[in-house]
Amino acid sequence: MRFYSALLHLYPASFRAEYGEEMRSIVAARRRETKGTIARLVLWVDTTLEVVGNAIAVHWDILRQDLRFTARTLTRSPGFALTAILVTALGIGANTAAFSVADFVMLRQLPYAGADRLVKLWEAPPGGTNQVSAPVYREWKTAKSFEAMAAYHGSAFNLVGQGDPQRLAGSAVTADLLPMLGVRPMLGRFFNASEAAEGNTGPVVLSYHVWETQFGSDPDIVGRPILLDGSPRVVIGVMPNDFHFPTREVAVWTLIGVDELREDDVDNTWWEVIGKLRPGVSREQAAAEMDLIGRRLQQKYPEQLEDVGVFVNPLRADFSDQSRLLLLALSGAAACVLLIACANLANLLLARGLTRRKEILVRTALGAGRERLVRQSMTESFVLAALGGVLGVAVAYAALPLLTRLVPTTLPVSDAPSIDPRVLVFAAVLTALTGIAFGALPAWRSAARLDLGGLHDGARSGGGRREWARSALVTAEVMASVVLLISAGLLMRALLRIQSVDPGFKTERVLILHTALTGARYDTATHRNPFYQNVLEGVRAVPGVASAAYITAVPIELQGGVWSVFPEGQATTRGQAKNATSRFVTPGYFETLGIPIRRGRDVSDTDEPGQPRVAVVSESFAKRYWPNEDPIGRRFGFPDTVRRTVVGVVGDVRMRGPDRVSEPQVYLAYKQIEDDQDVYRPKDLVIRSSVPPTTLIPAVRRIVRQADPQQPISNIKTMSAIVSDVTAARSVQVRVLVAFAAVAFLLAAIGIHGLLSFTVSSRRHEIGVRMALGAQRSQIVYLIMRQGFLLAAVGVVPGMFIAYAAGRAMQSLLAGVEPADTITFIGAGALCLVMTLVGSLVPTLRAARVDPATAFRADT
Amino acid sequence: MPYTQTNVDALLPLPAATFHILIALAKEDRHGYAVIQDVEQRTGGEIRLSAGTLYRSIQRMLEQGLLRETRDRPAPELDDERRRYYRITPFGEAVARAEARRMAELVKMARAQGLVLGKV
Repeated sequence: MRFYSALLHLYPASFRAEYGEEMRSIVAARRRETKGTIARLVLWVDTTLEVVGNAIAVHWDILRQDLRFTARTLTRSPGFALTAILVTALGIGANTAAFSVADFVMLRQLPYAGADRLVKLWEAPPGGTNQVSAPVYREWKTAKSFEAMAAYHGSAFNLVGQGDPQRLAGSAVTADLLPMLGVRPMLGRFFNASEAAEGNTGPVVLSYHVWETQFGSDPDIVGRPILLDGSPRVVIGVMPNDFHFPTREVAVWTLIGVDELREDDVDNTWWEVIGKLRPGVSREQAAAEMDLIGRRLQQKYPEQLEDVGVFVNPLRADFSDQSRLLLLALSGAAACVLLIACANLANLLLARGLTRRKEILVRTALGAGRERLVRQSMTESFVLAALGGVLGVAVAYAALPLLTRLVPTTLPVSDAPSIDPRVLVFAAVLTALTGIAFGALPAWRSAARLDLGGLHDGARSGGGRREWARSALVTAEVMASVVLLISAGLLMRALLRIQSVDPGFKTERVLILHTALTGARYDTATHRNPFYQNVLEGVRAVPGVASAAYITAVPIELQGGVWSVFPEGQATTRGQAKNATSRFVTPGYFETLGIPIRRGRDVSDTDEPGQPRVAVVSESFAKRYWPNEDPIGRRFGFPDTVRRTVVGVVGDVRMRGPDRVSEPQVYLAYKQIEDDQDVYRPKDLVIRSSVPPTTLIPAVRRIVRQADPQQPISNIKTMSAIVSDVTAARSVQVRVLVAFAAVAFLLAAIGIHGLLSFTVSSRRHEIGVRMALGAQRSQIVYLIMRQGFLLAAVGVVPGMFIAYAAGRAMQSLLAGVEPADTITFIGAGALCLVMTLVGSLVPTLRAARVDPATAFRADT
Repeated sequence: MPYTQTNVDALLPLPAATFHILIALAKEDRHGYAVIQDVEQRTGGEIRLSAGTLYRSIQRMLEQGLLRETRDRPAPELDDERRRYYRITPFGEAVARAEARRMAELVKMARAQGLVLGKV
């Protein structure tokens, strides 16, 4: 019988209490009637199955009953139901959307074999990371911790002979890269190591996209030669549609040539290295081994690699580093919103539980046990949460397009975040937790109330422990909303600060077009210079064009190209690096971008190779190397030892974007470039216009085609788009956070309002007595307001501390705004004051209007 | 309990267990185990309600107003005070009658099609 008693626990407690005893006696009678071991065994099996089946049925009956009851109560108070559902939807929607993006960027496995063992390896000078040089890579490859290690670097090609000339992004890789990623070509094969000997004439592998768009998905492409940068290269393979490495843009893979592999220059750091850990080897173990190898390299190259270590980063993290903090902040904010939403709903339900105490009393009198009341209450919470959850998923779906801008472009995955089964499971779990979070306290309270007794008419509810719980909830809401307000405020201040930074050049009505000028044809000045002249003359003649010029690359688009400089008469030691961002420009560049010439002159067409080498430097360059001296006429060198004479000084430019510090800048005359400096050839055509810049594109295309029919135009952008792209992810984040903070603010105000309203209605009698005893209305107002401000103060103070900690954690996003920024904190404090005032207003007025006579009458 | 035809019809057709319990209580009040025994006897041992099915049905029937618990108890020497006795309500009778009528109609229809042999 003990077994049967245990089985009975499958039934709801109320059912068990009601019928358990009799059921036990029936089963006992049955057992007595049954003779024989086998018959008894059959009886037990039968009974077990029967109990399980009936228990499920009874639970289902109760659920249906509770659902019907919930439907009735919710339709009876649609305002309450709607508020609760909307609040939940906001909370769950915010979290679902944040999760779908965070999961996409940070959690999901990369689509490569053994992705969790892939790591990125960096040279690590103090306080940063660098790409890698060939000799260092060769040394690293001796490490035993890795199953494989491969290197790659960016490249780009002009593809001609397939319709309009195209600029294709490429990646030069070592032969072991693809086997390491465990991806097979869709057509043909990948490289074998022996092909590295062919160098720049070797075979190529195409991306699916370029195969589809440029070669019409030609099934016989393998073995065909194509023209890249003017030289024929044989296609040996096509990668599958969903393969991207290292970025989504890469259209062509080539093999790193044997000459490059053998290079000995430790300063030529432009390779990227990834490794695959041996199974069972941890990242820490690999890092320890790499540390030893790093030390060996330091001894070998004491000058160049002094203090340079090795950084081993999981590949997953490496791709998403730039977004990690943004997304963490977003997820934290979303969690805050949900927390506030839950606190608010718990409070609403608590308050409603109190107003429904008579109904509960009646149901108790009718025999509803505590378990039934708790269950009923939880069912209601779950129904509200579920409806909110469904709506929340819709909210997330609507918010996704905006949040997708937070996905870094470096992520080698083509699709965008979506509401997929994984996200739906998250939303479902979150919904269930939300239901528990806001339902448990009120449910427990509604049951506990049975013990309080004294529910006779006129008993005043509230007070004591119950009010304490509600106050704690409101305080938590205030606290979370303070954290959100301050975080959003700090990030907004950072965004404004960045946006108000003067980049040093004008962005309005400036159009940028890229012409790559690669191939043997442009290796000589006799071909290059006429191209520049023809294009620039043609463009300047187009109506609406104010000025035009060529530069190696416009600011922000290219942030590298930093050269060591050797100012005349100054000794240099490593560690006090003297360097500058170097660019070659045609005359008129400064005028076109509105960079002021402070002293001296622009470069000119007469600065020919045979003439003295000239340079225009930025003010910071002059100030750093010749402080308080006239820089004009001073000379400095680059590692190529050719001396340059300063002929002009121009304003400083934020080459790395408005949010980052730049090296000083040097501009060199376009005719004084060496033929082999192909990377630095002026390739960006900069046009300043008096008409909307994009209207000029057709005319410019025509002019470029006339100058060179095989020259593709790529990367057409406006300068203002380039600048605003720098802050695009930030401004999305700030917009989302401000929206979250606004919701939090509103919810907290509603929370204060709800609690005070309740206090006022439950203390009507007391207020009446006070007034009858001569209390002034101002004293009553003080009484209520005091409670509101106490609630707020108790929440605001710890909220500010938490916000400060959050600010410290995301300091690198703050662009120099202090985590304890006074203006933000004062602003948030003021907003909390407003929030408390708004929340307290109506209840306070109601308290002040209490008429002692009616207060008594209502109570008797 | 006041009842209308609509209320009665809403409950039809009755689950088999419910109908058997109503029949068992038609003539006299019984406690749970007695209901099981009565059903078993009447059906020649074919239907043996389990304790769970019985009380789940009883719970629902109480809610629907087909039964009520009665305080009239048998003589103390025959009584077990842990037992509860159930009595059919007028509404319960009406529902049982309506169910019987519904079944009779069905049988009539089946007979008209030659599906029922002999006298039932």
